[in-house]
Amino acid sequence: MTQNDAFISIRNVNKFFGKFQAIADVSIDIQHGEFFSLLGSSGCGKTTLLRMLAGFESPTSGEIYIDGQPMSDVPPHHRPVNMVFQSYAIFPHLNVRDNIAYGLRKQKLARAKRYEMVDEMLELIKLPDYGDRKANELSGGQRQRIALARSLILRPKVLLLDEPLGALDKQLREQMQLELRALQKTVGITFVFVTHDQEEALTLSDRIAVMAQGRDLQVDTPTRLYENPVNRDVASFIGTMNFFDGTVSAINDGIAKVDAVGLGEVRAGNVPSGLRPGQSVCLAVRPEKLTVSENAPEAGSNARGLLENAAYLGERSHYYVRVDGVSQPVAVSAQNRQRADGKAEDKRPVWLSWDENAFVVLEDG
Amino acid sequence: MTGQITPAPDHATALPRTGRIGMLLQRSEAARGYSLLTPTLLIMTIGILVPFGILVTMSFWTQAGFGFDTALTTANYEKAAERPIYGALLTRSLKMSAMATIATVLLSYPMAYFVAFHVHRNKMMWIVLITLPFWTSYLLRVFAWKVVLGYEGVINSFLMTLGLIEAPLEFLLYSQSAVVITLAHAWAAFAILPMYVSLEKIDRSLLEAATDLGDGPMARFLRITLPLSMPGVISASLLIFIPTTGDYITPALLGGPDGAMIGNLIQKQFGAINDWPMGAALSIILMLSIGAIALGFMAATNFVRKRIS
Ligand SMILES: Nc1ncnc2c1ncn2[C@@H]1O[C@H](COP(=O)(O)OP(=O)(O)O)[C@@H](O)[C@H]1O
Ligand SMILES: [Mg+2]
Repeated sequence: MTQNDAFISIRNVNKFFGKFQAIADVSIDIQHGEFFSLLGSSGCGKTTLLRMLAGFESPTSGEIYIDGQPMSDVPPHHRPVNMVFQSYAIFPHLNVRDNIAYGLRKQKLARAKRYEMVDEMLELIKLPDYGDRKANELSGGQRQRIALARSLILRPKVLLLDEPLGALDKQLREQMQLELRALQKTVGITFVFVTHDQEEALTLSDRIAVMAQGRDLQVDTPTRLYENPVNRDVASFIGTMNFFDGTVSAINDGIAKVDAVGLGEVRAGNVPSGLRPGQSVCLAVRPEKLTVSENAPEAGSNARGLLENAAYLGERSHYYVRVDGVSQPVAVSAQNRQRADGKAEDKRPVWLSWDENAFVVLEDG
Repeated sequence: MTGQITPAPDHATALPRTGRIGMLLQRSEAARGYSLLTPTLLIMTIGILVPFGILVTMSFWTQAGFGFDTALTTANYEKAAERPIYGALLTRSLKMSAMATIATVLLSYPMAYFVAFHVHRNKMMWIVLITLPFWTSYLLRVFAWKVVLGYEGVINSFLMTLGLIEAPLEFLLYSQSAVVITLAHAWAAFAILPMYVSLEKIDRSLLEAATDLGDGPMARFLRITLPLSMPGVISASLLIFIPTTGDYITPALLGGPDGAMIGNLIQKQFGAINDWPMGAALSIILMLSIGAIALGFMAATNFVRKRIS
C-alpha cells in the first residue's frame, strides 16, 4: 500500500534499456482528478514513464500504484488507464464509430446502446455525423479527438496522453489545448499529459513534473515552477532566467540577504531550508522583473550596467545589459508602454533596478 | 492531360535544352507514364495476348487427323461439358489446389508472423533462409518428397523401425495427399513473403492501442492483426491457388492415378492424344474457372472483412 492517499504513486522507479538508464529513481504522486504534466526535452524519458503507467514497459525496479493497487503484476489490458498515443493509432480498417466503440466490446452491451454511447462521445468531441467516416478521411485534429473519445468512452480512472497535440499546427494546437482542459474538467478524469512544450504545460496543468535525463527535477504548480524553480536546470528550461553568484550575508524573518557579484546586496524572497549565512549560492531573476532606465532610479535596489543590445518586438522590448563580474549579459524584458521613437539604443550606460521580491535563491546548483 | 505541369516562363530559360520529345515528356505526365510502360506493354502484348488469342481461336477449331479443321465450332466445349471425366478432373484439381492453398497459408502464416513480430535482428537472413528451398530445382524438390514419402522412404522406414506399422503406408505416395503436401511445401515461400510484408507493415502502436483498450492477445489478433494482414493472406492464396490448379509435374510424379489433375490431361491433349484444339478448350475452361473462383474469393473476403470490423 502507498504511504499516502495519492491516486497514482510512482515510487523510486528505475528503468534500464540494456545498460542505458532511461528513468532514474523517479518518485511522483498524482492526485485524483488532477491535470498532471510531464515536461522535459526530447529523450528525457517522458514516454518511457508514461508507458510504464500504461503497462507497456515494466520498471526495472520500484513500484507504481494506481488507486492503491500495485501495478507490477497487472497487464496493460487490465489496467484502469487508457492512453492516447502520440501517433493516435486510429485503426485504419474501422470507421470512426467502430474505432470509438472498440473497447466497449468487453462490456457486452447491446449494439444500440453501444452506438448511443458513441454518439454521445461524438457530440462531446464536437464531431457529430462523423461516425461513418473512414480513418483515412480525417484530418490530424479530428484523429486526435477520436483517439481521445476512444479512450474516454471507457471511463478510465486515468487518461495518459503522449504529446497529443505535437502533430498539430499552432492555431489548432491552441484551440485543442482549451478544449482538452475544458474536457478534463467536464469528465473529471485524472490526466497525465506528456509534452516538451513548456507553454503548453503551463497553460494546461494543475501540476507539472519537470524531467531531465530520466530524473524528476521538480514537481510543482505552474506558478511555483516559474517563480520558485529549485535549480538552474528547471529555471532555464521554463522561460528565460538570469543567474548570479553570491554569498549569503544574513537571514532574518524569511528574507535572505545575499551579496551578489555585480549587483551588491540583494534580498531574496525565499529561504530554502538549510540555508546558512556565509554559504555561496546561486541567485536567479526573471527578465521581466528587472527594469532598465537611463537615469538613476530614485529608490529601491539598483545596479549599473552597459546596454549591449536591444531588440524591439512591438509589444515588448528585450535589453541585454553587461554588468561587471557577470559572464552573461543580463536579459531584461520590458513592456513598451510608451511609443518607441526608434532611436539606436545600445552601447550606453544604464541602470538596472528591481523590486523587493524579484530574486530567488536556487536550492541546489 | 497536357499542360498540368507548366514551368513558369522565366524558369524555362534556366532549364537544360531538350528536344521536342523531351519537352512533351516534361509537360505531360500521361506521356511520361506511357513511355515508361512501353517495354512492359510490348512484352505483355507479345508474350501474353498473342498466345492467348491463338489459344482462344484454336479452342474453336477441331482436330482432323494430323491437321486442324479451322471451321469455328463449339464442339470442344460441348464435349467437355458432356463427358464426365473432364468435369471430374477439373473439380478434383480445384479441390486439390484449394487444399494445398489452405495448407500452405495455414502453415506459412505463423512463420511470417514469427519473422515479422519476434525476429528483431537479422530479419534479412531469415527471409533468405525461407527462400532457401528455391535454390534447388523444382524437380529436385519433388523427387526429394518422393524419397520422403515412398514405400521405402523416410517416413515409412522410420515408422516400421519403430514398429508402429507392419507394412508401408501406401496412401503416402501416389495419392492426392502426396500432391497436396508437395505443393504446400513447394509454394511456401510464395505464401510467407506477401504475408510477412503485410504483417511487417502493421503499425505496432495499433497493437498497443488494442491492448490498451482491453483486448487480450487472442482478441487483438482476431480484431487487428488478422484483418490488417488480410491483403497478404489474399495475395498469398491467389499466388498459390492460380498456378497450382494447372500444375502437371507434381501430380505426374507423385499423384498416381488418384492424384491426376486437369493439367495432366491438358498436357496429354498436346502430347500423346494429339488433340490440340481440345487441349486449348480445356485450358480456357480452366482459366475461366480459376478466374471465377478468384473473383468470388476476393469478393467474399472483402465482405467478411467489412463484417468482422
Ligand atoms: N525500447 C527502447 N530501447 C532502448 N532505448 C529506449 C527504448 N525506449 C526509449 N529508449 C531510450 O530512452 C530514452 C528516453 O526515451 P523516451 O521516453 O521516448 O523520451 P521522450 O518521450 O522524453 O522523448 C531515449 O534516450 C531513448 O532512446
Ligand atoms: Mg516521447
